[in-house]
Amino acid sequence: MRNRTWLLVVVCLAVIVAACGDGGAGTTTAAPGTTAAPGTTAGSATTAAAGTTAATGEPTGYAELDQAMAGDFAGTTVEIVAQWVEGEAENFNASLDPFREATGIDVQYEGLTDYELTLQTRVDGNDAPDLAQIAQPGKMISYASEGQLVDISPWFNTDKLVEEQVGGFFELTQFDGGVYGVYYKTDVKSIVWYPVEPFEAAGYTIPTTWDEMTALSDQIIADGNGNPWCIGIESEAADGWVATDWIEDIVLRTAGVDFYNQWWKHEVPFNSPEVLAAAEEMASIWFAPDYVYGGNVAINATNIRDVANPMFDPAGPQCWFQKQAAWIPEFWPGNRDVSDRSQWANPPGEASSFFYLPGIDPAVGNPVLGAGDMFVMFTDGDRPEVRALLEYLATPQGAQAWIELGGFISPNTTVPVEWYTSYPNTELVPILNNADSFGFDASDLMPAEVGAGSFWTGMVDWVAANGEGTEEIFQSIEDGWPAG
Amino acid sequence: MAGALEPQAQVNSGSGWLILRDLVLAAVVVILIWLGLGILRSETMLSGLGPFVGKLVQALVALAVGVVGIWALFIVVNSLVEYLPARATNAIRPFVFVLPAIAVVSLYLVFPAVGTIIQSFTEVPEGEGLLYNYAQAFSDPKLLLALRNNAIWLVLAPAGALLIGLTFAGLVDRIKREALAKIFIFLPLCISGAGAAVIWRFVYEWRPPGRPQIGILNAIVTLFGGDPIPWLQEIPTNTLALVVVMIWLQAGFAMVILSAAIKGVPTELVEAARIDGAGEFQTFVRVVLPSIRGSMITVFTTIAIAVLKVFDIVYVTTNGNFDTDVIANRMFNEMFRFRNFGFATALAVILFLAVVPIMVVNVRNLRQQGIGV
Repeated sequence: MRNRTWLLVVVCLAVIVAACGDGGAGTTTAAPGTTAAPGTTAGSATTAAAGTTAATGEPTGYAELDQAMAGDFAGTTVEIVAQWVEGEAENFNASLDPFREATGIDVQYEGLTDYELTLQTRVDGNDAPDLAQIAQPGKMISYASEGQLVDISPWFNTDKLVEEQVGGFFELTQFDGGVYGVYYKTDVKSIVWYPVEPFEAAGYTIPTTWDEMTALSDQIIADGNGNPWCIGIESEAADGWVATDWIEDIVLRTAGVDFYNQWWKHEVPFNSPEVLAAAEEMASIWFAPDYVYGGNVAINATNIRDVANPMFDPAGPQCWFQKQAAWIPEFWPGNRDVSDRSQWANPPGEASSFFYLPGIDPAVGNPVLGAGDMFVMFTDGDRPEVRALLEYLATPQGAQAWIELGGFISPNTTVPVEWYTSYPNTELVPILNNADSFGFDASDLMPAEVGAGSFWTGMVDWVAANGEGTEEIFQSIEDGWPAG
Repeated sequence: MAGALEPQAQVNSGSGWLILRDLVLAAVVVILIWLGLGILRSETMLSGLGPFVGKLVQALVALAVGVVGIWALFIVVNSLVEYLPARATNAIRPFVFVLPAIAVVSLYLVFPAVGTIIQSFTEVPEGEGLLYNYAQAFSDPKLLLALRNNAIWLVLAPAGALLIGLTFAGLVDRIKREALAKIFIFLPLCISGAGAAVIWRFVYEWRPPGRPQIGILNAIVTLFGGDPIPWLQEIPTNTLALVVVMIWLQAGFAMVILSAAIKGVPTELVEAARIDGAGEFQTFVRVVLPSIRGSMITVFTTIAIAVLKVFDIVYVTTNGNFDTDVIANRMFNEMFRFRNFGFATALAVILFLAVVPIMVVNVRNLRQQGIGV
């Protein structure tokens, strides 16, 4: 009996410790903040020197930043938060160090875990930071409409921003006649992977227009080299999202970014003629005979991680093109489960590389699809030193350290390309810098019922029907758009 | 513990001093528990101790409040009750011990259930009536499809599991290595629904014709020269394919219960039937089956309840695509993906209402068998 009692106590203790473990994670979010002390180590001083030569030498084009660089705000404190923790926090801090060194402003960076919820809680609790990173433009709009954010347009040199950044980023920061954010970081999705060696051996050349791409697809079929496209949209609970990226890329290319932004804001119907036309364009690849490996059944049955398996078939590529963002090589055969990238059997850039998904309508040009992070200023933060930091983050120097450390693409086209040193960013940045416009992943911007619901499942239904009933499917997505 | 209670009984003579002492004691215990909860609730009080020590202290405080604190509370409240007249003591004491359990059940079961029902009526867009969510639910074609699928599941899954379980229980009843044979049917019961779904995903796996088929079903189909069949995409094969997973999971449960019931059928009855000239099959159908009717109803209703709530199998295999959606999966999506609390709670209530009649049959049947519930 006594023994059992003790057993019970031990079990209870174990359960409680386990429960506290979960709860503890939430309460220790303050811990990373302690790493936000201004960088005064020897290592950061050297990068600081490199960064400030460009910044202090000539006027930056931003009023408050010039004042700060002159030391006018030394001794003040700015609080900035983002979702970047651990390695990314170190990289971001390294990018902030030159500013700290040159201005004497104490920039306290805090990387928050469970970011969106934590930020919301702090804002609700009147404890908003001065500057905060926002990944979802919709979140910026909701904060701005609550009156929590500063309209930066009266004092920020937005002309410079518009001039330097790829078209499309600035539009995403506009709301109700004001400007509420500055884009800092981005990525690029509009790329197509292909197996380099067999591709060159077959004498194929990289297509630079949509028509060249379909002509090459036809040629691959005619050459008896299998199917041109590897496509799969099965993705556990997120089946269909790959197809939504395709639609978005094609809408950007056929109807342009202005229409595109109206589309995800639902200022035009989801099933506008432009969108249906884009779907037809997509169907001419997805549902054309022999175009896709395994046909429409394979598209629905193949998991995203397995899509490229036939591309790396020992007997030679069974399919040649995979449109997917730069993270996909992790899942290729011979790479997955190999944590040491130098041991990968199909290293990206060698076994396979990518080309830009070509534009369609010359009048629209070459857009890119992607996502990105902006910084917003909360109302308590409207002080000259905070303005100076926000301006600093818009300059190339504001991201230089992170760019050089790798894993960062700036929306600012004036960033010297030689700062980018590691693949695939060395290849992605020229694509972004040459782009005529930038479209933010629309399914991430639409209400979840659509963007993570009916749009996904609609695409699955569409593929299951092998491209039949396009109008009905898009109509039903439109009908299901939540009111208000 | 008993030792602590007995002295209290002896001082029942009613010394005011002792009553006061116990009252103070009770107040101290309540205050200590309150303070302990305050420490647990506070985010800052323990943060100075560092993550590990802080957590350890947190755990010890939780233990002190949860085990020692509740224990102390029982003792002091019990001793206070002792001062009441004997009849009152006897009337109240059971509640002293049962109330905490009732409180916990109310807090974690009744309260959220009532909250869900209320929310399903009140979480509506401005200007809409109380029944808005329900009207939406029954006019949404995709949801009607889910309801239809639930109905298919409700008929096929319990019936299939019952039939297989019964057949197996009857067949292995008197063979030599009965336990060993039963283990194979019983084993899937130990696997979670999600785990089973992952296994069956592989069974149903489809690869384009000409490629090596890694799914066993399509491997067999292609072995005999057929084209691989996309089991999870073809309508209505896919819903049936998912029902099979449920049957596979539940047949073991049916077999165990029914096997025990068959063994409970009096030998005299079976022998009498034999003497009367009934064959093996006839005995089983005419004598054994009617005798285990109650157990069969139990099995059927229990599986039916599990089937109505089915979520994991669908979520893992098709996520409701290709016309395989069920209410619980839709509820999950509405709740956690779309944050439509009103719609999701309305679905929860519909599901609850659908389960209730089956539950009633189940409980009534158990009562008839003399198992009080």
